[in-house]
Amino acid sequence: MIYFDNSATTKAAPEVVDTYAKVSANYWGNPSSLHKFGEQAFNLLEQSRQQIADLVGAKLSEILFTSGGTEGDNWAIKGTAMAKREFGNHLITTEVEHPAVHNSMEQLKREGFDVTYLPVDEHGRVSADDLRAAIKPSTILVSTMAVNNEIGAVQPLDEIAAVMRDFPRIHWHIDAVQGIGKGLADKIFNDRVDFVTFSGHKFHAPRGIGFMYKRQGRKIAPLMAGGGQERNLRSGTENLPAIAAMAKALRLLLTDEAAKVQRQREIRLAILHHVETFPNVTIFSKDLPYFAPHILCFAIAGVRGETIVHAFEEHDIFISTTSACSSKKHVESSTLQAMKVDDGIATSAVRISLDEHNTMAEAEKFNQVFDELYTQFAKLN
Amino acid sequence: MEYSEIMVRYGELSTKGKNKKDFIKQLGQNVRKALSTFDDIEVKAQHDRLHVTLNGADSDAVMNRLKGVFGIENFSPSVKVEKDIDQIKETAVAMVKEAFKPGMTFKINTRRQDKEFQYDTYQMNEILGSTILENVPGLTVQMKHPDLELRVEVRMNGVFLSGETIQGAGGLPVGTGGKAVMMLSGGIDSPVASYYALRRGVKIDMIHFYSPPYTSEQALAKAKELTARLAGYSGGIQFIQVPFAKIQETIKEKVPEGYLMTVQRRMMLRLTAAIAEMRHAKGIFNGESLGQVASQTLESMAAINDVTSMPILRPLLSMDKTEIIKVAEDIDTYDLSILPYEDCCTIFTPPAPKTHPSLEKSRKYEGYIDVDGLMKEALDGIVISDIRPGDNYLNQNEDVFAELL
Repeated sequence: MIYFDNSATTKAAPEVVDTYAKVSANYWGNPSSLHKFGEQAFNLLEQSRQQIADLVGAKLSEILFTSGGTEGDNWAIKGTAMAKREFGNHLITTEVEHPAVHNSMEQLKREGFDVTYLPVDEHGRVSADDLRAAIKPSTILVSTMAVNNEIGAVQPLDEIAAVMRDFPRIHWHIDAVQGIGKGLADKIFNDRVDFVTFSGHKFHAPRGIGFMYKRQGRKIAPLMAGGGQERNLRSGTENLPAIAAMAKALRLLLTDEAAKVQRQREIRLAILHHVETFPNVTIFSKDLPYFAPHILCFAIAGVRGETIVHAFEEHDIFISTTSACSSKKHVESSTLQAMKVDDGIATSAVRISLDEHNTMAEAEKFNQVFDELYTQFAKLN
Repeated sequence: MEYSEIMVRYGELSTKGKNKKDFIKQLGQNVRKALSTFDDIEVKAQHDRLHVTLNGADSDAVMNRLKGVFGIENFSPSVKVEKDIDQIKETAVAMVKEAFKPGMTFKINTRRQDKEFQYDTYQMNEILGSTILENVPGLTVQMKHPDLELRVEVRMNGVFLSGETIQGAGGLPVGTGGKAVMMLSGGIDSPVASYYALRRGVKIDMIHFYSPPYTSEQALAKAKELTARLAGYSGGIQFIQVPFAKIQETIKEKVPEGYLMTVQRRMMLRLTAAIAEMRHAKGIFNGESLGQVASQTLESMAAINDVTSMPILRPLLSMDKTEIIKVAEDIDTYDLSILPYEDCCTIFTPPAPKTHPSLEKSRKYEGYIDVDGLMKEALDGIVISDIRPGDNYLNQNEDVFAELL
């Protein structure tokens, strides 16, 4: 089996599942309880938080646990909108965000907020100049993704940071769900960003857990009101087994990150340079430095994306149409649409997404199967 | 960038006249103590600068430690190269490239100690400036407030380049300001007050009132953990726990409710002053902020202060709670301070303590209890522990958890 759909989800690592099981069995106390079971659970919770903070170079109090990427994105956006409403009602984001960001923005728009969607170029990237031009006195939030989930374009975060430094009061949120462990930490954790959101299951942690980096001193309103957990910002009894498991998964992910990233980059390029030689193939994730090492999106003209996915599945190779969230909904990719890719070709797009366990042998096998399938597809047309 | 040394600039001490020597000596000792876990580094405290030669030690880790040493104005990680213009140029370009951000401005600032060196400072600025402009497109020169100031020092033993100046903790070296005791409850304020005491160079012993079973082991562990965190600024702190339950019980029994708090505070201060004298400390620090709670009104302070003539120093006196919280967050004590364990100040708190207690009545009601006997008993029961930076008291399972994580 070759699993090339790691941007949809990753397989939980055995060591991580082991931690999950042990914590569930041994540290089942409620971290808020005063007795020793509570105290132990609390200590484990904070040690997990400290480990994550150390790994991403943040302070203990800057790490807040969530249920995943969708919650994190909703929180950064709506929590800012609620906390800063008196300062303005203008929000800026891009045309290529994940639906968790896009639809949060749309929801706020219906509540009377003013939303600007920045356009992207043919590589799916926004321009810092467009951002600067879009900022108004009423702007309270800028939300940009780190790595596009459909084509892997990395937004120009350094340039965006330079613009944002001139507007220190505006909150800047980065959706880094696809960006962790991909050699981009310096760009993501720049000296200006205020909120960064992550999802555990994209890096071999269990489902239902994620975390948000919140710069110290930045205000955000809670979306979950209740018992005051997470420094009164996100109520709900902490999901301790998943939190400890995520802390471990993150440590494993970031061990030898550079070598892992290099290997993914080589595998991506081996497939890219193979498939691009075929006349009907269009590559959307170019061989350029600002594409992430693990995502490759391409189309085979005249063949529907889902046909390609199923054809590979017959060979035990698992890829996806452009994004798992929309792949069962028969909508063409919003990123490709924003890049002004013709609808005909956009419906033929598929995505390969790697993790640190994929190998060059798998890439060779993929290329071999690709040759076979391409010939078959050519007969169809 | 592989740095060869950290150049440390002194803070206020450069203005301190004849004490300067002692200050520099103390700072040298404190830096050595802070860096004692690094094997190969060398610390040289000279009259104008302090140099930490890394000899391969991790510069980020060393700089992190330096950030917590008081008496340092700022410091710069530097790269040492031979007195060879090509090597200097190459390193200068590499350093600028590493720090480059689009639209950046820069300038070169050369200092020359070795007057024999073939280029003077003006020529050096010129040569390096033009080399960098040629090799790093997108940069512009700006003499006033540039984004990047590349400092080049031509010394007798080599040329040192640095592009970054990192803010130090300021203040005065711990130990140059004498010795005092600190009343540490475990709340938000007292650790911040401790930080300010240390920052003015004062060495402190912590005094913590412990009232089992009304306060828990966890409350004690929390106060110790806070001390361990503050010990990072001084290398080590002695922690003195004073048994206080019996005194509280007696006061509760004998003293009218409105004066419970005032008399308790008077007893705490008496004990603190007695311990300070025993330990040759010259003052008492606490975390009081004027008007914050009933015991911190001017009238309360007068009624409590009455028991000692030793100076009581209140670094937070005029600070707002929000300001105090901000500092607590910056010095990483806030998270610990807000752990919800009862301390001896929150227990036996009457529903309506007097915010304007009278001095006479305080004295009178205190007369209802055997002050000397209770003090002697408490002083006989004190426990002293040595707390080192990073000691762990709250999480006894740290190693077990580390396996899981």
